[in-house]
Amino acid sequence: MESQEIGKHAALQKLRDWDNQAVAEVIEFRGETTVVIPPQHLVRVAEYLVSEPSLRFTFLSDLTTVDRFPMELRFELNYHLLSIERGLRLRLLVRLQGAEPAVASVTGIWPTANWHERENFDLFGIRFHGHPDLRRILMPDEWEGHPLRKDYPVEGFR
Amino acid sequence: MTTKTTVIETAAGPAQPMVLNMGPQHPSTHGVLRVVLELDGEIVLTAKPDIGYLHTGIEKSCESKTYSQCITLTDRIDYLAPLSNNLGFCLAAEKLIGIEVPKRAQYIRVLLTELTRITSHLVWLGTHAIDLGAMTVFLYSFREREEIMKIYEYVSGQRMMTSYFRIGGLALEPPPDWLERVRRVIDALPGHIDEYETLLTQNRIWMARTKGVGNLSAEDAIALGVSGPLLRASGVAYDIRKAFPYSSYEDFDFNVQTQTAGDCYARYQVRVAEIRESIKIVRQAMDKITPEGPFRAEARGIIPPSREEMKTSIEGLIYHFKIFTEGFAPPPGEVYQCIESPRGELGVFMASDGSAKPYRVKFRTPSFVNLQSLPKLCEGRLIADVVACIGTTDIVLGEVDR
Repeated sequence: MESQEIGKHAALQKLRDWDNQAVAEVIEFRGETTVVIPPQHLVRVAEYLVSEPSLRFTFLSDLTTVDRFPMELRFELNYHLLSIERGLRLRLLVRLQGAEPAVASVTGIWPTANWHERENFDLFGIRFHGHPDLRRILMPDEWEGHPLRKDYPVEGFR
Repeated sequence: MTTKTTVIETAAGPAQPMVLNMGPQHPSTHGVLRVVLELDGEIVLTAKPDIGYLHTGIEKSCESKTYSQCITLTDRIDYLAPLSNNLGFCLAAEKLIGIEVPKRAQYIRVLLTELTRITSHLVWLGTHAIDLGAMTVFLYSFREREEIMKIYEYVSGQRMMTSYFRIGGLALEPPPDWLERVRRVIDALPGHIDEYETLLTQNRIWMARTKGVGNLSAEDAIALGVSGPLLRASGVAYDIRKAFPYSSYEDFDFNVQTQTAGDCYARYQVRVAEIRESIKIVRQAMDKITPEGPFRAEARGIIPPSREEMKTSIEGLIYHFKIFTEGFAPPPGEVYQCIESPRGELGVFMASDGSAKPYRVKFRTPSFVNLQSLPKLCEGRLIADVVACIGTTDIVLGEVDR
């Protein structure tokens, strides 16, 4: 975990120097760093983190959502970034409101986000603007509702 | 790869590209994968994987179970490497709670997950060879796999759905002479691998079917988030066991196997070399595992007390009862723990709200992400190559759909 410990500071300091407005909050837990990004800055920040030579977060490991229902802002999108060259990991967190949650797609930066975004659309109902092919991926096309939302029951009738 | 649609005038009018459904019931899709192929003659113009046929809502189910109960579900995600999934989940939970597992248990975990890697690669080798018409290898590799399955059974009581790793260590102390059995299997394995190689490595049909097929450049692999042997066959020496060591992998001496060609043959070479590396790690682990010592951590209220303590002290009995009825509550927070599963980066993202059940568990499964590279691998090639390409991505549909 040591490499992560040092790495997070490197990314964080760089981000702050580049644009302090883009960093809303920083969460540290168990040696992992989470940077909370305002939704409107997401694509800019992603582009910066990929292109900055000392960071090079070219690998998007994962994209997943946590539903904090009934709290608002309800949806938390977690982007898990990895820099293979620098041996760094970083989590970006974007908070979205419950009514018609939407955020810009990052498929232009990380093509791997394509299926990840489709999965989050399918299971949480989050829309990604600019996604080339936003369809359900795991559930049947005619399915109603988004199963991983907290107000969607585990069993019984919907 | 660029392809041109040639419109041929026929007696019935101009020829159109044909859409062909491959799967979901098709023997070479390794489960219930459906690929919609658009064909110009025998050339694949576009290939669109369609998944979800095996979606069982494991992540949703986890939210209504205690942390310990979730472990049985993790076996069923990637049913060819259950112990790797157990490990990923347990490490994430341990990180969340903040407990340290004794070295002895860590080494036993390493040994067993490396055996898992070997079994998984053996299944891959056998099924991939059968896809491409080499029946013999399948029979041999399953014979060796069975020997390792017997070790699982001897240690945990189960051949496949072991659930042997628990939060804080292992489910139970392995039987006293288990390492002897491991040694017997491991000593025989290198000879068997040589056997497979004599059947395949220089085989002209095998080379014709795999060399130069399904090329993936390093840049594309990273952009598509591909990990594991696929990434390493494209020349990126990224292995989580080296880059972010977990479960004491830093104590072991092994090499990251890479190839630069990025085709199906390179992936075959990487996986075979990885089996040999895993044998090396297993040998080292056998030397490191002491016959005596703790097999799980000591943490009141989180890890069950020993059988003897539970039977003899009232305190032990109460803890035992509470752990299995209520579970335990880690502090609120989120962690992401990744391990190098046989297929690539298996990440477990776990969010706790301070209750005894995980608020959200996400399994970042390598098969799901790796499958996304399929169109890149097979577009512009023949239908027969699609089979080779699906084979080398080494997907497990249970893991793709969860």
